[in-house]
Amino acid sequence: MTEHDAPSNDEIMVFVNGAEKRLPAGGTAHDLLTAVGLAGRPVAVEVNEVVVPRAALGERILEDQDRLEIVTLVGGG
Amino acid sequence: MQEQGGERDGRMTDAGLNDAAGTPAGAAALQVGAFTLASRLVVGTGKYASYAEMARCLEASGTDCVTVAVRRERLLNAAGENILDHLDLSRYTLLPNTAGCFSATDAVRVARLGRELLRDLGNAGSEWVKLEVLGDQKTLLPDPVGTLEATEQLVADGFSVLVYTSDDPIVARRLKDLGAASVMPAGSPIGSGQGVLNANNLSICLEYLKDGDPDYPVIVDAGVGTASDVAAAMELGVDGVLLNTAIAHAADPLRMARAMRAACDAGRDAFLAGRIPRKRYATASSPETDRITPAALSPN
Repeated sequence: MTEHDAPSNDEIMVFVNGAEKRLPAGGTAHDLLTAVGLAGRPVAVEVNEVVVPRAALGERILEDQDRLEIVTLVGGG
Repeated sequence: MQEQGGERDGRMTDAGLNDAAGTPAGAAALQVGAFTLASRLVVGTGKYASYAEMARCLEASGTDCVTVAVRRERLLNAAGENILDHLDLSRYTLLPNTAGCFSATDAVRVARLGRELLRDLGNAGSEWVKLEVLGDQKTLLPDPVGTLEATEQLVADGFSVLVYTSDDPIVARRLKDLGAASVMPAGSPIGSGQGVLNANNLSICLEYLKDGDPDYPVIVDAGVGTASDVAAAMELGVDGVLLNTAIAHAADPLRMARAMRAACDAGRDAFLAGRIPRKRYATASSPETDRITPAALSPN
């Protein structure tokens, strides 16, 4: 994935856990998980403040400027 | 047993001891919504020196329910250890929390993310949440308005809500009225180790929440510093205690986990046994009759 200032026509830019990430236009939430090495990991995904169930990740097409949170479980009280 | 009187002997033979005496306090299950917990201790998984130490402490505490937090996956360190590699999910029901949320909106979002994570794992804990809506960073005291709002939304969304709140009996009652599965008053601020600061308020919470509903579960959440704090809370009649830092940051966490387990059982047994009333003056334990004649006072 190349890095340049503005997304080209075939690219979109989304925010993943607050950081910018470019990916090919038409990519799904599952494609993004694969791109960041988290496919199959115990994570939950929220797009624009709405949880996307795991079974639906492959159908959820991302759009430019989408805001994603990818979370997991950690120790806590 | 020091007390020896006819009245005392009579009570001991009458009372239904065959049931209670042989049954350790821990054996009576705690029911919270659809969940049945064998242990009355709920233990947090944060702040341990290592996951291995955490796992040993959880085992020593006797708990079968542990809290977990929901946080961003660190994208650059996907090879890092995950807490799930160290929790036996056949043994522990996970209770995901909304710790760190300062608004009802964020708490609801985190609760839903936690539910999604646990559904994926097939853990029963996906249907409940430990709700925290915090008021400020310094005290970590609950924001009562945000807590009420989030409770209402999560109950409507089908969650079994175990809600962290202050020891205010009025707020506690309103949270129950909104459908919370358990109201969980703080003994003192999170991680402060001050124990139960206001036993009077906690007793009123118990009175209100259990009025006509004696099995409604009330759990002290936060503030425990040492084992006697757990025993004291249980002696007041709360159904369970949730703690984390008091074990994780003890000088010897494993030994403290064991102490907490014993304290929880002791406090529960003492509550069920029924303590004697407090009195201003003494009451002799040895018979008042048949004492030897007092010696003549020596001239002085």
